[in-house]
Amino acid sequence: MPTPTTTVSDASSPPLESSRTHKRLTEREGFCGWIFITPALIGFTLFYLIPTIRAFYIGLTNWNLLRAPKFLGFDNYVRLLGDQKFWSSIWVTVLYVVYNIPVQTVFGLLIAVLLKRLTGSVAMRSIMLAPFLISNVIAAMIWFWMLDPVLGFVNFLLQALGLGSHAFFSDENLALPTIALINIWRHMGYAALLFYTGLQSIPEHLYEAARIEGASQWKMFTSITLPLLRPTVVFVLVTSVIGSFQIFDTIAVTTQGGPGTSTRTIVWYIYQEAFSSMRMGYASAMSTVLFIGLVFVTLVQMRVLRSGESDLG
Amino acid sequence: MKTATSTLPIGRWVGYAVLIIFAIISLGPLWIAFKTALTGPNALFASGGSLLPKDTTLFNFQRVLGFIDPSDPRVQQTGLAKITFFRALLNSVIFTAMAVIPQIFFSATAAYAFARLRFPGRDLLFFLFIAATMIPSAVLFIPNFILIHDLGWLNTFQGMAAPYALMTPFAVFFLRQMFIATPKDVEEAARVDGASYFSIFFRMILPIHGPSLATLAILTTVSTWNEFFWPFLIGREESVRVIAVAINAFRTQQQAGVPDWTGLMACTVLGAIPMVALLVFFGRKVVESFQFSGMK
Repeated sequence: MPTPTTTVSDASSPPLESSRTHKRLTEREGFCGWIFITPALIGFTLFYLIPTIRAFYIGLTNWNLLRAPKFLGFDNYVRLLGDQKFWSSIWVTVLYVVYNIPVQTVFGLLIAVLLKRLTGSVAMRSIMLAPFLISNVIAAMIWFWMLDPVLGFVNFLLQALGLGSHAFFSDENLALPTIALINIWRHMGYAALLFYTGLQSIPEHLYEAARIEGASQWKMFTSITLPLLRPTVVFVLVTSVIGSFQIFDTIAVTTQGGPGTSTRTIVWYIYQEAFSSMRMGYASAMSTVLFIGLVFVTLVQMRVLRSGESDLG
Repeated sequence: MKTATSTLPIGRWVGYAVLIIFAIISLGPLWIAFKTALTGPNALFASGGSLLPKDTTLFNFQRVLGFIDPSDPRVQQTGLAKITFFRALLNSVIFTAMAVIPQIFFSATAAYAFARLRFPGRDLLFFLFIAATMIPSAVLFIPNFILIHDLGWLNTFQGMAAPYALMTPFAVFFLRQMFIATPKDVEEAARVDGASYFSIFFRMILPIHGPSLATLAILTTVSTWNEFFWPFLIGREESVRVIAVAINAFRTQQQAGVPDWTGLMACTVLGAIPMVALLVFFGRKVVESFQFSGMK
């Protein structure tokens, strides 16, 4: 770390006593602020700000990349209300979130508590994090192979246990829970590490006091650990729910929306409309609805979980 | 007395057993992928339920990397579609570097301005940057695809890297929080002594915040290396496609017969190796970076 004195003596800027009215531009705070922000601002404007506005505008047209777009007003949104496929994709997505989030959160909490109580060694934490460092595509590919109906390792295990082999990805009832399972596998360790970090900040003396009063393990977990961990739980839930609603990669690699419509989630449907059917207008309208829906889900979650309050008095 | 329950050995043993089961669940699939990649293509049918590779060989790695002559009888025999994974690995390195390096630099300059400099519009801009973290990628991908399409940048590295190269809202936000958390008296003293904002940024901010920049670099490198959706939209041609896109393509190009599992698993292992290596060599730093990613 450089000491401040060497830094300063090396600086080639003019001394401060030079007339304030003739300050060089690079010496002005406001000007420098804008210089420092400009590259990021260009990126933000080109790839976040304009696209968000443009997505809304495209959603009001029938653009298909080939012909000039025709302005339709809110026709796409009206059509959306009567689109059976849209509602079914919303239902599939909600179902996926319901399969995914509770199991992932409970497993994450369980692992975190065990890490805290038994061993939080770097090796053990690395093992738990490993699946999260593997991409969605690779995780999906590995499980696609593990669950192969003919040669998959899991089916050998199930047969050995007398449970028979299953075609997990081509069975309408199993495909969506299977995709949820892959994502639980990939995310539970990461959730556990976030919870573990939260657990570290709970003062040990609270547990000691509870122990002296004869509180049971379960009682301590529900009346000390969970309430004090709430900010972390809120963060993990909000981000993982938002992420789950946008599930795409695993489906692209494995079922591609099938069998039937059993894994056609909202983002998969948007992708198909936009890039297979080239209905950019209709797909953009759906994505705008998804955006508004996610903001709503987030606000409800933060409200229900009382994210603003702290229990650590 | 109930106080004894916490130290009861049975409880601890059960706890360790559960922890070990979770560790096996975490690593087991990675091992199965690895052992399949080491299995000779002709032994695949006989080895499905085995925990160890049969006909152990590096042939699968060699052929997906293109080190085996296509006229080699073993390649003919396996009758597999051509897998060109070496190119994909190289493309992933190029894409990740082009997206991550400028992103961190320009996010740092922006974070410095947000954290330390007063200029008109600063707070509004910062609010907009934060609000952008809420926008689902499905909203941005259609207009961004059209922009890249109109620029004629489809199937180019600049088209794939452009949306990440100048900033991401997360990177700016993360660094701003880090910069704000350190006292600014040293910088102010340097100002009084006549140091310019530029020399303060390059000679003080960047070196002092090396560990935070490393944390961000780890998080960003992992997520960029693993990115699928955007590169899948922009770069599908063999010359630019990254590992995730290539693996997806290898799977779908042979739907008729039995997939080339040994080749595909060799690809997944090669694609995962850089990330696993990161964990093995920089375990503590990586684990702590990810734990830290949740602190907002």
